[in-house]
Amino acid sequence: MKPTSARPSTRHLIIAVPWFWLALFFLLPFLFVLKISLSEPTLAQPPYMDLIREIEDGFVTLVINFSNYQLLLEDSLYLSALWGSLKVAAISTLFCLLIGYPMAYAIARSPLHWRLPLLMLIILPFWTSFLIRIYAWIGILKANGLLNNLLMGLGLIDSPLAIMHTPLAVYIGVVYNYLPFVVLPLYATLIRLDLTLLEAAADLGCRPWKQFLLITLPLSMPGVIAGAMLVFIPVMGEFVIPDLLGGPDTLMLGKLMWTEFFSNKDWPLASSLAALLLVVLILPFVLLRHFERRSEEGNP
Amino acid sequence: MKKLLHTFLPACLLAGAATASAADELHIYNWSDYIAEDTIENFEQATGIEVVYDVYDANEVMEAKLLAGRSGYDLIFPTARPFAERHIQAGLYQPLDKAKLEGLDNLDPVIMDSLASIDKNNAHLVPYMWGSSGIGYNVDKVREILGDDMPKDTWRLLFDPEIVAKLADCGVTLMDDPTEVLVAANIYRGADADDFSRDGIKAASEVVAAVRDDIRYFHSSQYINDLANGDICVAHGYSGDVLQARDRAAEADNGVNIAYAVPSEGALVWTDVMAIPADAPNPEAAHAFISYLLKPEVIAPITDYVAYANANRAATELVDEEIRNDPGIYPPEETQAKLQVTPTPSERQIRALNRSWTRVKTGQ
Repeated sequence: MKPTSARPSTRHLIIAVPWFWLALFFLLPFLFVLKISLSEPTLAQPPYMDLIREIEDGFVTLVINFSNYQLLLEDSLYLSALWGSLKVAAISTLFCLLIGYPMAYAIARSPLHWRLPLLMLIILPFWTSFLIRIYAWIGILKANGLLNNLLMGLGLIDSPLAIMHTPLAVYIGVVYNYLPFVVLPLYATLIRLDLTLLEAAADLGCRPWKQFLLITLPLSMPGVIAGAMLVFIPVMGEFVIPDLLGGPDTLMLGKLMWTEFFSNKDWPLASSLAALLLVVLILPFVLLRHFERRSEEGNP
Repeated sequence: MKKLLHTFLPACLLAGAATASAADELHIYNWSDYIAEDTIENFEQATGIEVVYDVYDANEVMEAKLLAGRSGYDLIFPTARPFAERHIQAGLYQPLDKAKLEGLDNLDPVIMDSLASIDKNNAHLVPYMWGSSGIGYNVDKVREILGDDMPKDTWRLLFDPEIVAKLADCGVTLMDDPTEVLVAANIYRGADADDFSRDGIKAASEVVAAVRDDIRYFHSSQYINDLANGDICVAHGYSGDVLQARDRAAEADNGVNIAYAVPSEGALVWTDVMAIPADAPNPEAAHAFISYLLKPEVIAPITDYVAYANANRAATELVDEEIRNDPGIYPPEETQAKLQVTPTPSERQIRALNRSWTRVKTGQ
């Protein structure tokens, strides 16, 4: 199907709005970050040097300092933190999909009058502040918290399980918090699925699990990818959940950026970390677009 | 050095841009839980100045706002070393107009002398509260594990691998503050507290690394609740915070018995000060507020409430007897002799300290 083409001027106008939005709220701030990342820290207000400096009256010089990026690559601390964030983001995304897919599937296949209440159950927790919900997890997971007291009361364990301040607590917090971001796009895809395809497959003798693998799963891939992106990207920069639930050995970029910005007053290094994170996040998008185009060209 | 909640305030920091202030509006930025409940209201009634009162839980958060410029605050409460010290060096404060401040001569000369070494002629800073950092512990549980001849007032409770291993199941915590912890480690290993040389930082980090696996967590305020609830046994903490934990446990009557000890090897003392940012919109009102807090009858009830000693000698006798006689708050002379001011690392050393600290904490 060909898109109905509007008159060029109107079309340009409509396209200009998102471009303007991106330029103002993404490109411009990013250029600021980039500028600071090429600077040097100093004890002043603001705590970094100008790139353009006056050397003697009227003569100016441009000083660009790449040493921040050099330090990021040389000091294993930063690459370990990047690895730590990638690991947490990848594992959390996987678990969000494993838990979220059956949930979305069940809601999409439930009777019509059940769907709205079930969706509300997914959305309702969001009406409570994010911080309160994470603090609630502290109450559940801590040494003499709800979970441990329950298990000990039932006689299943003798001494409290150490969950708080471990990577497990971070995964629980992250998966809990980001689950709806997977369920909702998956539900939106699954609800539109053409059920007659499954009937046809069944008529031709295809077993249910094979129907799922060959029809439902491939057709719901856009929802899977959208959900995965909505989890993976914010978790990469997540700071609050690992800080509140994680232990001292949780090394992630968000926390490291905080240290550089606040404790070290090293805004340039913090900015170069932010720039690095952005590159790492944009790369999968670019690759995805690339493969999408190829598959579009592959089956026109 | 105070605390509460957490350190995820950068969002608020970005949101709280400068606001133009009316003539009789005073913008104060102070630590959370660091003033009596009625002080602000009484000040407003006495002067007619309207106060906008914001709080932070880490010096770093306040500092980032200050460094960004045009914070819009008229009065802030930084810790003297290293924060106020470097802000003075960077020219971020305006000199006080001492003609407008009554009662400066009530301030403890020992503290004023000490501040003069970072603030020439005491031109910018007025001391607010002070305290020490040492060890808070659950008396009964530690005795149960280590026996009656347990060490009480020594850094070995936090840094001796053998002792910490025994206490690990009960819970041992360190502050999440590289200067505090690595300086304490320096004192423990018998080096100069301010040995911030490459090798000094390395050796101090190794002291912490040796016990790291037995440390429950690194945090500068969470231990208050956990000590009070009996969730942990030994915490590296600020005097007033440990005493708050003790009082909370006593209030809850949960059988948890908390004590605070200043290690005999030596410990750090800190002073929080009041300062007026150079770009304060209403320095006039800030002076009025400092004057108000200089009144002994105003500052004494604040000490009663926050459990930290103030720097006003004339106020001591007005402080609640129980607090005045508490060696954790107003330490006797032999304890004071063990206290030393927090040394200030250079900017380069701070970055080295912080990076070394992240490494130790994360076990890299």
